[in-house]
Amino acid sequence: MNAAAVQEPLIFELSVEGRVGCALPKSDVPHYELPKDLERETLNLPQVDELTLVRHFSRLSQKNYSIDTNFYPLGSCTMKYNPKANEVAANMAGWRLSHPLVGEKYSQGSLELIYRLQASLAEIGGFKAVSLQPAAGAHGELSGILMIRKYLLDHGETKRTKMLIPDSAHGTNPASCTMAGFVTQTIPSGPDGNIDMKALKAALDDTVAGIMITNPNTLGLFEKNIERIAALVHKAGGLVYGDGANMNALVGVFKPGEAGIDVMHFNLHKTFSTPHGGGGPGAGMIAAGKTLAAYLPGPTVAMKRGKFEFEMPEKSIGHVKAFYGNFGVLVRAYSYILLQGREGLRRIAENSVLNANYLKAKIEKTYPVKYPHSCMHEFVAMGDIAPGIRTTDIAKRLIDYGIHPPTVYFPLIVPEALMIEPTETESKATLDMFVDAMLAIAKEAKEEPELLHNAPVTTPVGRLDEVLAARNPILCYKD
Amino acid sequence: MSIDAGARYAESHEYARQEGATVVVGISDHAQAELGDIVFVELPQVGKVIGKGQNFGTVESVKAASDLYMPIGGKVVEVNAALQSDPALVNKDPYGAGWMLKVEPTNLSEMDQLLDAKSYGKTIGEE
Amino acid sequence: MPFIANTDADRKAMLDAIGKSSVEELFADIPEKRRFPELKLPEGKSEQEVLRELADLASRNLTPERKAWFLGAGAYNHFIPAVVPALASRGEFLTAYTPYQPEVAQGTLQSIFEYQSMAAELLGVPVVNASHYDVATALAEGIIMALKNYSDRTEVLLPRDLHPEYKKVVELYLEPFKVELREYVGAPEVAPVSDKTACLVASYPTFTGEVYPLAKAAEAAHSVGALFIVQADPMMCALFKSPGAQGADIVAAEGQCLGNPMNFGGPFLGMLGTTTQLMRKIPGRLVGQTKDSADRRGFVLTLSTREQHIRREKAVSNICSNQGLTMLQTCIYLAAMGKNGMRTVASLCYDKAHYAAELINGTPGYKVQTNSFFKEFLISTPIAAEEIFDRLVKRGFVPGLPVSRYDASKPNELLVCVTEVNTKSEIDSLAQLLKEVAQ
Repeated sequence: MNAAAVQEPLIFELSVEGRVGCALPKSDVPHYELPKDLERETLNLPQVDELTLVRHFSRLSQKNYSIDTNFYPLGSCTMKYNPKANEVAANMAGWRLSHPLVGEKYSQGSLELIYRLQASLAEIGGFKAVSLQPAAGAHGELSGILMIRKYLLDHGETKRTKMLIPDSAHGTNPASCTMAGFVTQTIPSGPDGNIDMKALKAALDDTVAGIMITNPNTLGLFEKNIERIAALVHKAGGLVYGDGANMNALVGVFKPGEAGIDVMHFNLHKTFSTPHGGGGPGAGMIAAGKTLAAYLPGPTVAMKRGKFEFEMPEKSIGHVKAFYGNFGVLVRAYSYILLQGREGLRRIAENSVLNANYLKAKIEKTYPVKYPHSCMHEFVAMGDIAPGIRTTDIAKRLIDYGIHPPTVYFPLIVPEALMIEPTETESKATLDMFVDAMLAIAKEAKEEPELLHNAPVTTPVGRLDEVLAARNPILCYKD
Repeated sequence: MSIDAGARYAESHEYARQEGATVVVGISDHAQAELGDIVFVELPQVGKVIGKGQNFGTVESVKAASDLYMPIGGKVVEVNAALQSDPALVNKDPYGAGWMLKVEPTNLSEMDQLLDAKSYGKTIGEE
Repeated sequence: MPFIANTDADRKAMLDAIGKSSVEELFADIPEKRRFPELKLPEGKSEQEVLRELADLASRNLTPERKAWFLGAGAYNHFIPAVVPALASRGEFLTAYTPYQPEVAQGTLQSIFEYQSMAAELLGVPVVNASHYDVATALAEGIIMALKNYSDRTEVLLPRDLHPEYKKVVELYLEPFKVELREYVGAPEVAPVSDKTACLVASYPTFTGEVYPLAKAAEAAHSVGALFIVQADPMMCALFKSPGAQGADIVAAEGQCLGNPMNFGGPFLGMLGTTTQLMRKIPGRLVGQTKDSADRRGFVLTLSTREQHIRREKAVSNICSNQGLTMLQTCIYLAAMGKNGMRTVASLCYDKAHYAAELINGTPGYKVQTNSFFKEFLISTPIAAEEIFDRLVKRGFVPGLPVSRYDASKPNELLVCVTEVNTKSEIDSLAQLLKEVAQ
């Protein structure tokens, strides 16, 4: 019987008193008493033997879709293949067993890797300096906004408390601004799907600290006015933050640092192929041009007389996390860049943009695309294509075709949004399979809508009651 | 879509219904239908004084959270404790058992600035 | 080109379908002068060459493979059972995305639920999130939770003996807030709480290893209406009373010691938990149990209206990702160890550390400074700790952290960590070597 279909008990439900999972060595030292008033009485963790443990987690894994098993056209997530070579690289004992505090003298391997990755990413983005401290994209955003904040305070600009954010922005953008103490003002997108220049000019006053721009934006469109926008914001006394989540469309094709972006993050778990791991860990490199380079979070790595050492950038905002960033993720990203090389990096952008445009051309007559102009590495279609059918229904029915749904209901400015990003690692054959599935579902939507409303039916569970989960939260096992 | 004829309405869909010296506040049937299944209602502490148009709490569905604004200003004298365990009351009976606050109004004339049932009905496209 | 399946023939067919004649045309929106810049990077290399280059770099790091290891201070050398990497590295876990579509992510969701459950038991609080980046950021966000709980309290009491790395992160995260950070020395129960205090923060144990009981501190904080936040060693909680059981409202802990390699400081695992009262204010993902229309049990992300993708600028935090893989490794580790294994591992650490402390205390010139400890303790040294460090490394031992790395005014202090991996023979030799280098 297919493991995926059978309900898997909770590890607690598999527990049997006395079972031993991992045998430990006997103590070779005397026993010491615990402080009486602090001794813990009970510890209700499960007790399972190793084989039960292995079967449990193996079967759980089989209930997942993953890049290794399924196509994942998730817009904005860049679900490209995670090379196995990166895993071998990251698991080398010299990385895995290295301690952050053993001293620079004894960590020259790690420091050199960080140094070289900093330099490679700076070159790719067209920036002066890079810090690999942030643990995720959102963490990079917070770092960048805190850098802008410190710069403005250093220059006595206490009135500038407002960040401008396009209405198509990812939710982390305004959330990061709030955490950094800014208020946000939304700038609408124009009919061409780019930032509305008139609205932007009207919003630029002496309370503006800056703007956060995603380029290409979440509609999959290149912000054509990017350099003008940066110039206008600078003239008004603000700074420009670049959200690099969509860098997959631009590697080797465009350097954001040359267009006036002052500080930008990349998501190493998107463009640079590090695995998503069911939600993380990621890594959110942050890069800066000459205005903000001194403010980067530290420590970063510098090379002095052939040796590598830590340094805090001169006006650094400080530490955004303990130690040196998600080093294990950095190893994978660096391995990837070495494998790609300068030619390979450009081919990523070329093929990801080509793949997206191909899919758009094949489905746009059936699923209207809000901005039918040529897209970059992703595009946004709309899923309400028949009476009573919503994007959710299309998404859930795709699962029955063995495909992970695209991103749904984002960006917020497109109703019934379906954001589709194939990435460059998918073959034409896979893309054609996706097109066939989407067209078949469109036909079902008109002729047999119940198939969509009841979907998915081929999964371990059907649509789940999220209202119940939120009204009566059960967040841990109770026996 | 039902509209309580005895209440007056803010454009943001909160209602205010006078009951003796206090005013009962909640959200309209139209509002609860738009939100979908409500999973949580966050209400202020009793005793708090909140002005007209100020935020007094939030109402959450699975996929959205909406701020709630005072239709008239006043002191909160009672909140509907039943909503803690059964937020669905707002969906089932928004004008009755799904009430949210009872308020001692600071300025009763603020009621006149609200829409009456008929005008509110027009704004949401009802007869 | 690596990892690109399409051939030139595929690309031609696709361009035909789009009605373009070259890929370059697809980039027409990019200003011409900016298009296709030169990348001053080397050419791509083969897998073989890349792995050789990285192995060579990796070999320049000093690791516990070649030395007896007594260095902790926030990154710990524990034994990781083979099942942990074997199961966590399965492609269906490793390359899965965030479980936003629960029907195809029950593997990830159920393992998060199991992690939440085991972490809740360990830390003693009913609500634990699906993880934060590390304990420093988890602690910072826990303090922000406390500040937001009050409209008129701005004081945060921090222990002076908080790990310097964590303290720096807390300071940065709190900069945009109206807050007064005040340090206290010694036990948390004598910290100067008042009705201005939003939260009292305690370390359990402290940076120098001191274990202070927490119950009276919780009472003191609660008596003035403040929240009690504990930053804890989760392995210690297997043996010692949990922070939750002693009254903590918010608990932050570093899960690296539970099944995750040291990896030069990351990725680690920020464990963050709280009480039912504060459940809707905790940042990060939460997985809840529910069912489908056929009454089958399933798991979903829940209470999502706290999060950035829904609440945007009003979200509890900007956090989007969790530390999925490191959380999974800890989940498998806790399940493999289980109730008895966790107590055994923690006891081995405790006993070996106390044995080491006894020997070192009896070594002329050295004195143990910590009164009550778990696996780590501070010693004063007769000569500079950095000097001892370098000399012992040459003899095959990494003796601990010279505290002067963080505080130049303390050159003769060394933080020593002993885990279940250290043998009696290693400990005996450590004491012997410490004696020799002091002469």
